Amino acid sequence: MPADEKRSASTAPPAAGADAVPPGEWERRRQDLGERLATRRVNQPKVSEKGSPTMQGMAQGMRLGSEFVGGVLVGGGIGFLIDHFAGTMPIALIIFLMLGFAAGVLNVVRSVQGDKSRSVTMANTESSKSATSDGPGGA
Amino acid sequence: MATDPIHQFQIHRLIPIEIGGLDLSFTNSSLFMVVTAGLAAGFLYWSTSGRGLIPGRLQSVSELFYEFVAGMLRDSAGSQGMRFFPFVFALFMFVLLANLIGLIPYFFTVTSHIIVTFSLAITVTAVVMGYGIYKHGLSWFAVFKPSGVPPAVAPFVILIEVISFLSRPISHSVRLFANMLAGHVTLKVFAGFVVSLSALGAVGVGGAILPLLMTVALTALELIVAVLQAYVFAILTCMYLNDAVHPHH
Repeated sequence: MPADEKRSASTAPPAAGADAVPPGEWERRRQDLGERLATRRVNQPKVSEKGSPTMQGMAQGMRLGSEFVGGVLVGGGIGFLIDHFAGTMPIALIIFLMLGFAAGVLNVVRSVQGDKSRSVTMANTESSKSATSDGPGGA
Repeated sequence: MATDPIHQFQIHRLIPIEIGGLDLSFTNSSLFMVVTAGLAAGFLYWSTSGRGLIPGRLQSVSELFYEFVAGMLRDSAGSQGMRFFPFVFALFMFVLLANLIGLIPYFFTVTSHIIVTFSLAITVTAVVMGYGIYKHGLSWFAVFKPSGVPPAVAPFVILIEVISFLSRPISHSVRLFANMLAGHVTLKVFAGFVVSLSALGAVGVGGAILPLLMTVALTALELIVAVLQAYVFAILTCMYLNDAVHPHH
């Protein structure tokens, strides 16, 4: 069976009709695919991979809520600890609760701004991406 | 007891282990963490073992996960952030699978315990601080001082920034934990209505259709929440890691 031997010895991908392809065809096809992928990867970050608007809204609501509560809780916690060890019971708690409130608002504002400005930073990282290798084990 | 909505979150000791007065027992929670990690690793290993140039179905799924997390990390933290890819990918897969496994009846939801989500979140914060200080030295602390702040208000701003930074692991962990806990309690309450209504005879069985429909709808909702919260957890990890890589914003 010379045909079977030839097929098993060839390193072509196991697609049907591998015999029909001329020798340089696979190389040419791979280059063609590489070129097409290269042009597509440039445009890729503009297309967002996020979910539907309702899913996004729900996620954003939960995120902003916990962001704000987290700031107040940490501020109050720091104030309580300072009071606990310094023995000045209400003073630091009050001050740090206020600061925690501010930090919570800051968290919320920053989180909303981050959503908007991510498209801007994406354009910046895109230029540096071409210079360095972008595999996970690249660096 | 069967309809107790909190009962599903109880932790049982499967193999009691005690070392130096510390209770290190292997619990049902530990078991499901091992199952989650094993399932994630096993699936990825198995599905990519073919290493086909043209991926099959399962390999496509693995590659989709890879592309998804890689794109997310590259968009948030830039190409320099890609060194954290294994970390983010492991976190994403663990949270996603833990959430999804928890949806199966009689299965334990690991991420509905705040100690689990908090340890994941505090690990992220520790990585951000550790890598930032290792890479940038003490100048990494400039992340707490925004540029262009008048010196008069700088102490307040820095204090607020520090509190804001410290609140991250809390908001990060509470979000995931609260979503999973609330979802599972709601699901259990509505499912409990079905049981208690159907004990009331023919009228009750008819009325039990309503909470049954609700349970079906909630299960679909929980599926969305499980995937969405894994995504949110991962994308916030990416954004926090951005601070470790680029402290001067």
